[in-house]
Amino acid sequence: MKEFMMIFKSEINESFGPSPEQMQSNIQQWMDWFGGIAAQGKIVHANRLSFEGKTLKTNHVITDGPYAEVKEIIGGYVVVKAANLDEAMKLAEGCPILSHGGHVEVRSIVPMNG
Amino acid sequence: MDNQNEQALITQLFKTEYRKIIAVLCKLFGIVHIEIAEDITNDTFLLATETWGLKGIPENPTAWLYAVAKNKTKDYFKRDRTFSEKIVVDFKENQNLSEEIQVDLSIKNINDSQLQMIFAICNPIIPAEAQIGLALRILCGFGIEEIAEAFLTNKETINKRLFRAKEKLRTENITIELPTERDLNIRLETVLATLYLLFNEGYHSRTQKNHLRKELCLEAMRLNYFLLDNETTNKPIVNALMALMCYHASRFDARINEIGEPILYDQQDKSLWNEELITKGNYYLLQSAKGNEVSKFHLEANIAFWHSTKIDNPRKWDNILQAYNQLLLIEYSPIAALNRTYALAQVKGKQIAIVEAEKLNLSKNHFYYSLLGNLYTNIDNAKAIENYEIALNLARTNADLLSISNYLYYLKERKHNN
Repeated sequence: MKEFMMIFKSEINESFGPSPEQMQSNIQQWMDWFGGIAAQGKIVHANRLSFEGKTLKTNHVITDGPYAEVKEIIGGYVVVKAANLDEAMKLAEGCPILSHGGHVEVRSIVPMNG
Repeated sequence: MDNQNEQALITQLFKTEYRKIIAVLCKLFGIVHIEIAEDITNDTFLLATETWGLKGIPENPTAWLYAVAKNKTKDYFKRDRTFSEKIVVDFKENQNLSEEIQVDLSIKNINDSQLQMIFAICNPIIPAEAQIGLALRILCGFGIEEIAEAFLTNKETINKRLFRAKEKLRTENITIELPTERDLNIRLETVLATLYLLFNEGYHSRTQKNHLRKELCLEAMRLNYFLLDNETTNKPIVNALMALMCYHASRFDARINEIGEPILYDQQDKSLWNEELITKGNYYLLQSAKGNEVSKFHLEANIAFWHSTKIDNPRKWDNILQAYNQLLLIEYSPIAALNRTYALAQVKGKQIAIVEAEKLNLSKNHFYYSLLGNLYTNIDNAKAIENYEIALNLARTNADLLSISNYLYYLKERKHNN
């Protein structure tokens, strides 16, 4: 088994303002999807990224927000176990971000000491 | 009073007082001398059996036991000089020892000592099974024979296991004290894990002896109660485990029939569920919600709460599914994966659940095929039969074989009638 990182990306939508009900249903969709992978025992760890963040550039320039000057924002990531990239891509199917105009990037993880 | 009554009283006192005396003595001597504490406690009860048989039961049997334990300890110190010298050295560091050793059997010291012993014994340096064995012996006053029965093994195996565990506690020089504030959470986790294993040992025990099973569960709850009773250890996670155990225990009388066979959840007579324990479970569940922590015990207690409600609530299965999703993210287990898929079927329908079930990769687990059998029932009965038949081949316990056969019988009857 190898480890793969799934990175959830979507475009920045300034007018994004879901209702509490939408938020709730959104969370449930994500949890059901995560639960499906976790039930296969294939989740290594998962994290959601908050909007709090800054970006450090050369010459000590710090800009507000994690998303300065980029069109896409990373909303979260999950590290999964899979035999190969194809299997990892299969696990990515059904990810809720796909129905919200976003996409999943799946990358193989190379251990630093390996 | 006749002999039988004496014996019954001694058995009863053994259950309640053995652990108190031994905890106090262990605390006094240090874990290095745990066997001396055991010897003195055993001798005390031996003397009770001999003396009470001849002279009758004393007016205050508990006080009698404490007095004898104190005297035996003093005698031991006088007799065994090397021991007393060694211990006295240890003592002088901690407390002012005048001339004679004082055995403090006050309620406060008994409780403190027992709580500290829980932490000393539920220690990750010894294997979980040995922790449970030692907990049953030292913290619960179980006999070696009972422990062997609970684990479906022989006395020799248990003796060896306990010996090795005590040896380990000795060589690692474990001290009998509460962990520091910094270590408390991580140490509590081990203690709770052991208590939960002890509870499950009773709840899903391999032994046929029903009273023993119940007793194991009650002991786990009693030890958990010790943690709740102390301000330092009365944490939300401890309440969560207590809630979980209360909910499970509430079904104790409903889940086994007169001849000791298990009754499945949906076939249980709900009027046999213990209301008092369910109410207690609700109380501890509320207590567990203080704070931000969501542990696996919180989630399992939450699931058990929904299974303990008698009224149908449209949000029941949705809540259970969400709790299983979270539980699996904290810690994967095959049983949680199967239960999650069952909950998914309740919420989203069998077709969706079948797709997810086929991905579970639990091909050696008979519960897996039983789940598939259940999901395919009324969708594709031929497949349901196929899966139940695999389950039947893999199942081992009588209870499992019986319930699978029942489903198969039902499916084949229907096929026949159509």
